[in-house]
Amino acid sequence: MHCLKVIRNFSLWSSVPLGSLDPMSGIVAQFNADNCPQKVNLGVNTYRDNNGNPVVLESVIKAMQIIREKNLDNEYPPIEGLQSFIDAAIKLGYGDKYYEKNSKNIAGCQVLSGTGAIRLGFELLNKFVPPETKVLVPIPTQTLHPTIAKMAGLQSQEYRYFDPTTRQVDFQGLFQDLYTAPNGSIVLFHACSHNPTGCDLELHQWEQLLDLTKKKDLLPFFDMTYQGFTSGDMDKDAYAIRLFTEAGMPIILGQSFDQNMGLSGQRIGCLSLVCSNEKEREIVNSQLNLIARSLWSCPPVHGARIAETVLNNPKIYQLWLKEVRLMAQRIQNMRYSFTKALKELGSPHDWSYLSKQFGLYSLTGIGQLQINELMEKYHIYLLENGGISIAGLNDNNIKYVAMAFHEVTKNTQI
Amino acid sequence: MQKLQLLQNQYNPTSDDIFYHIVQAPPDPIFGIANAYKADTSSTKIDLGVGAYRTDEEKPYVFEIIKKLEKEIVNDPTLNKEYLPIEGLADFNKGCQKLMFGQNSPLIASGQIVTAQCLGGTGALRVGFEFVKRHIPGDVYVSKPTWSNHNQVIERAGLNQFEYPYFEPKTKGFNCAGTIECLSQARMGSIVLLHVCAHNPTGVDPTENEWLQIADVCKKRRLVPFFDCAYQGFASGCIEKDVFAVRKFAELGFQMIVAQSFSKNMGLYNERVGAVHIVTSNKDISARVLSNLKIVIRTICSNPPAIGARIAAKILTDEKNFNAWVEELKTVTGRIIKMRTLLKQELDNLKVPGNWDHITRQTGFFTFTGLTPEQCDLLTKQYHVYLLRSGRMSMAGITSKNVRYLAESIKAVVQKK
Repeated sequence: MHCLKVIRNFSLWSSVPLGSLDPMSGIVAQFNADNCPQKVNLGVNTYRDNNGNPVVLESVIKAMQIIREKNLDNEYPPIEGLQSFIDAAIKLGYGDKYYEKNSKNIAGCQVLSGTGAIRLGFELLNKFVPPETKVLVPIPTQTLHPTIAKMAGLQSQEYRYFDPTTRQVDFQGLFQDLYTAPNGSIVLFHACSHNPTGCDLELHQWEQLLDLTKKKDLLPFFDMTYQGFTSGDMDKDAYAIRLFTEAGMPIILGQSFDQNMGLSGQRIGCLSLVCSNEKEREIVNSQLNLIARSLWSCPPVHGARIAETVLNNPKIYQLWLKEVRLMAQRIQNMRYSFTKALKELGSPHDWSYLSKQFGLYSLTGIGQLQINELMEKYHIYLLENGGISIAGLNDNNIKYVAMAFHEVTKNTQI
Repeated sequence: MQKLQLLQNQYNPTSDDIFYHIVQAPPDPIFGIANAYKADTSSTKIDLGVGAYRTDEEKPYVFEIIKKLEKEIVNDPTLNKEYLPIEGLADFNKGCQKLMFGQNSPLIASGQIVTAQCLGGTGALRVGFEFVKRHIPGDVYVSKPTWSNHNQVIERAGLNQFEYPYFEPKTKGFNCAGTIECLSQARMGSIVLLHVCAHNPTGVDPTENEWLQIADVCKKRRLVPFFDCAYQGFASGCIEKDVFAVRKFAELGFQMIVAQSFSKNMGLYNERVGAVHIVTSNKDISARVLSNLKIVIRTICSNPPAIGARIAAKILTDEKNFNAWVEELKTVTGRIIKMRTLLKQELDNLKVPGNWDHITRQTGFFTFTGLTPEQCDLLTKQYHVYLLRSGRMSMAGITSKNVRYLAESIKAVVQKK
């Protein structure tokens, strides 16, 4: 029996429109193609050392050594991933004190980094919250958050976060938007090192939000991608989580080890939810498993084994804390140095906001013309939104970058 | 009073009651059995549940070539340890295309195959079906029976599903006429989920001629083939022959989707190594398809994990490594085939009632034994033999040491009134 060849004239996919590209990928391609020796990549999305190189942490290397000696197999992990990793991640996220008392109430699941945590978390919420429930996301936020909400079937709504004139948190706007949002809304908070603004809430502001959360039965969903990376101190960076949980608020927490362990390629993260009791925790875990089974069956193990070893081996853990502190300090130093350099050049603009911000990113407010000029004339690459990745700065290029920034902005408004 | 409280709380949850109305989900049918097996303290227990290969010593097996390559990768200071692109490692993707469609497939050269690295077979299926939902939504036809997770993935992707009668219990073979009849009634543009080889759970595959018949009805009804390939290498013992269906459909000009997994055939279960391929009509459309595929992937995991893909890429793109892998794979599949033979022999020797030819006739990891759920329950509870209640048994868990006990246990439950 013969089959006639199917004619491929018609295309099954002809109505598929061009999807919007990742804002990051365009810059990377252009930067890579640039042959200028002075080129600077200020769009880099992972940490760079003072020589502009990616870093493999010594604590990670030591952990891998230990793992190698165990000669482990490649069998399927449970759907929820490595329990030893989940427990250690939760302990780090919630703090020793809270963990001691409440670990039995915290449901948890290993996920594919921060994105996986958000996706799994949103899918769970979509299944169980009342149908009209919205996810409130800050403007701006990592572009992904509203899209993931949509994919998971949830509606999202923005809340004001960043004041472009002061380049600080627009707390009044934030508070008002949360105040007028429906009761019972899910609120996405960046725990620290807000991406892309670098602006974090102050302690007293978190306290006000805690009150509001209680009054309006808001469900806080913390995205913590930069624990340790922000101030250099794990507990300090997780202050908001400590505050909310100690006050008895049930929160949802997404943790990523992309940045603070340099494991971005291995996709290691944890999603956890604070439940009322152990029975509820069991139930929530079972639902997380059900959903995870149809997303990825079970998560990849390589990164989990490394992270688990780092977190559970006392000596390696201390080494890791030190290494994270150093990375955070370098970022902070670059912020100070860059601000200082621009001041010394006599810039008419106030760049001090850069020193007051945290983490990898800051929004400069630089316009498209300046972004293009920086790229074409000076071979310095920014993010599309005028954001810069501080990790791209180092002692070798900071004077050059400051000079270039000064040149393109000295006669303009920003 | 409490019930009222519950109802009140349902749409007005207080901070104490957010998860109050969440119900316990049932354990996964397959992972659940693995857990039960782990918890069993009996010395005679046999794990025939999850599809994971075991050696004759009942140990998990890490391919020697995998061990070697993982070491190389981990120790290579020049390798970038950072984020992969959204669509994954380019070398890996190219290697997957060649393995699936053939080294010299014209579709590769013409840019008609869009490939993205995914989280194992499940990840590839989910990404594929999410893409379908967004761009060519239609009903999905799945084989009856099929792998339990297929139904869940399709449901979560928001698609309707119908069954085509794949397995004929009387002959314990492929129900070709029934399948063709069912698919010829399908709405135009529906999607058909087809197992490329070593059908899970039945172990029964269409013949080449039967594949042509399936292609014919797909053409007539404009059905979109969605192939699931988790066992390339495990069916006939020949890597190329096992993907006959995909290559034939490609040759016939079908636009289609293929989910490919390396969990079993590279033993990379825990590193989630897989790929999704979408075959288009030209490379401009390919570009658009890729950009949308990337959005689906981006919103699940941003980008896939690196280590597994790097290992697989080294195998797929290096002739020496590839040959070493094929050799080891032959040993693995050879052992499974041997166990089929042994089990049949034991059942025949013990004169266990029933026809057990299907054990050696079926291919791949699994045998659809024909045991009833009650018989399976008894097998587990009384004899500590773990298998799926559907009667699916993973042959990879049988060893020369436990095969007799297994046969005796089967005899006991079959003969029990």
